[in-house]
Amino acid sequence: MTLANSFTQGPDERGHFGPYGGRFVAETLMPLVLSLEKAYDEASADPAFAAEMNRYLTHFVGRPSPLYFAERLTAACGGAKIYFKREDLNHTGAHKVNNCIGQILLARRMGKTRIIAETGAGQHGVATATVCALFGLPCVVYMGATDIARQQPNVFRMKLLGAEVRPVTSGNATLKDAMNEAMRDWVANVEDTYYLIGTVAGPHPYPRMVRDFQKIIGEESKAQMMQMEGRLPDSLYAAVGGGSNAIGLFYTFLNEPSVQIVGVEAAGLGADTEEHAVSIGKGRPGVLHGSRTYLLQTGDGQITEAYSISAGLDYPGVGPEHSWLKDAGRVTYVSVTDAEALDAFHRTTRCEGIVPALESSHAIAQALKVAGGLPREHIMLVSLSGRGDKDVDTVAKAMGVKL
Amino acid sequence: MENAFANNRLTRRFAALKAEDRAGLVVYVTASDPDLETSAQLLAGLPGAGADIIELGMPFSDPMADGPSIQRAALRALASGACMNRTLAMVKDFRKTEADTPVVLMGYYNPIDTYGAQRFAIDAAAAGVDGVIVVDVPPEEADEIQPVLAAHGVAFICLSTPTSDDARLPAILKYAGGFLYYVSVLGITGTVSAAADAVAAAVARLKRHTSLPIAVGFGIKTPQAAATVARVADAAVVGSAVIDRLAAGLDANGKPTPRAVPDTLAFVADLAQGVRGARQ
Repeated sequence: MTLANSFTQGPDERGHFGPYGGRFVAETLMPLVLSLEKAYDEASADPAFAAEMNRYLTHFVGRPSPLYFAERLTAACGGAKIYFKREDLNHTGAHKVNNCIGQILLARRMGKTRIIAETGAGQHGVATATVCALFGLPCVVYMGATDIARQQPNVFRMKLLGAEVRPVTSGNATLKDAMNEAMRDWVANVEDTYYLIGTVAGPHPYPRMVRDFQKIIGEESKAQMMQMEGRLPDSLYAAVGGGSNAIGLFYTFLNEPSVQIVGVEAAGLGADTEEHAVSIGKGRPGVLHGSRTYLLQTGDGQITEAYSISAGLDYPGVGPEHSWLKDAGRVTYVSVTDAEALDAFHRTTRCEGIVPALESSHAIAQALKVAGGLPREHIMLVSLSGRGDKDVDTVAKAMGVKL
Repeated sequence: MENAFANNRLTRRFAALKAEDRAGLVVYVTASDPDLETSAQLLAGLPGAGADIIELGMPFSDPMADGPSIQRAALRALASGACMNRTLAMVKDFRKTEADTPVVLMGYYNPIDTYGAQRFAIDAAAAGVDGVIVVDVPPEEADEIQPVLAAHGVAFICLSTPTSDDARLPAILKYAGGFLYYVSVLGITGTVSAAADAVAAAVARLKRHTSLPIAVGFGIKTPQAAATVARVADAAVVGSAVIDRLAAGLDANGKPTPRAVPDTLAFVADLAQGVRGARQ
């Protein structure tokens, strides 16, 4: 499928990245998935669509987000130069809104009048509720009851924005179950409803479309790095749950052989325990939520629950393009534990005055782990995908502090 | 394609139903719900209660197209140790005493993919399975499994829905074997029900495209509703309502009480009566 030296050719016309991806959905949804693909193809060829999206990204989201040299963390590690791509400074506090702007404009173009979404940490739910408020569209967000309990501030934000947050109690009541429930809603409301998926998962064309809406992260970073350092970074780090901020950062650099690319999964209590979310590192290919990809599952093909202190990373699968990049050897996937992520959270907060999301703290943790052993001229680029305000309760609990 | 399945139990059963000028009753139960013993007992009793075709659910952790009744059934089954080997073994045991009633396995793709499509086709055929419905394998992905099933004489049964318009139907029918399962509502199992005239119109439309028998399912909860469908379709499928009867026979801990199986079979007999009397 891939041309020599090109990692940016996928997916093919059937939505496959090598053996991954595809459209494994119920027949009821198939015509919708096909019409979405057609609408997206038309929109992406229409300069007016790009212009409208750019207008909102500039004036509503606040792009471009800064590229920031983390000078004190760099000094503390005593090695590579550490740069942060500041997606935390976007409106709503994370990279999620980039994708939401693109998809809500597409939904309007398709004449859809009701928006549904799933959310784990609540960042995608907040971003979706935000763009729905912006365009006056009704919004239903499915969220696992377990996640609702640990992400109360985001739940209230969604409600303030006018969204209805529907608790999901099936399964382990987390992101995977919220996605099941959103798909059930979609099947029952195909006429008017647009399903705004928050990551590079789901049936084709979602993985490609969400990647396209997120690749601005890497494109901006590349230009900013050229301006600040006059050259490309040597290594990239991004947290991978479903993997949208990671693919967003990586995509533009995939065909730059000098750039080492590292995806960081959440190892929870440890990749060798039962409690982790290391889908690529510990999982096996299978089919869930519309695509074939690496999944956490039993030997009988039952999906198992993922765990991470970070609600945005505890998904038992990963976007299919990551599975393909893993097999192709272009991206290295590693994992860091809750404890390592918490340590990175504290160090970034105290050293740089930036409170990172626990998701982003995983990417930072990996960078901090290796920075000291690298030469001073090595340039690291880390996706600071979101801000950590939403996580202060979780961090306090982990510290044994009662707020 | 038709020749490959000439001797398939589904083909024979639909021919027999046509000769009797009546529709068939398709009953769905989840394998190993609430446990292997109860489920096997229920399965063995279904033909006698009047089920013409049995759909046996392969439990999956993430049944995205199912409503709460079948979701809970899958969870009960998995908690009791359900797995693909056990589901296939149930069919094999069932075949020891029942040679004619077709069995169709229904479920999601991941457990089949994990088992291996080729191995699944061989073992399912050997166990006495006549057809397979994989909810999340649309025609676009059917190359993965339909050819290996067909090679072993197992029908790949396709779903069509209110959103499968005339332009799309040929793509579905290219792969469809056994019968065409018409999902009569937009939604998940066991929730809303379709209006009778909408079902009649849909069946008439499908008949213009295919000579396969048409089974209609989703939202059929009573003998009366089954009869209404049986007047216009070749078969009526009842799932969630049967599961609800079974669930009503479980105690507070989810363990079956002595009335669980007989009550469920009595309900199936009522459904069968509705279906059999529909065209008189």
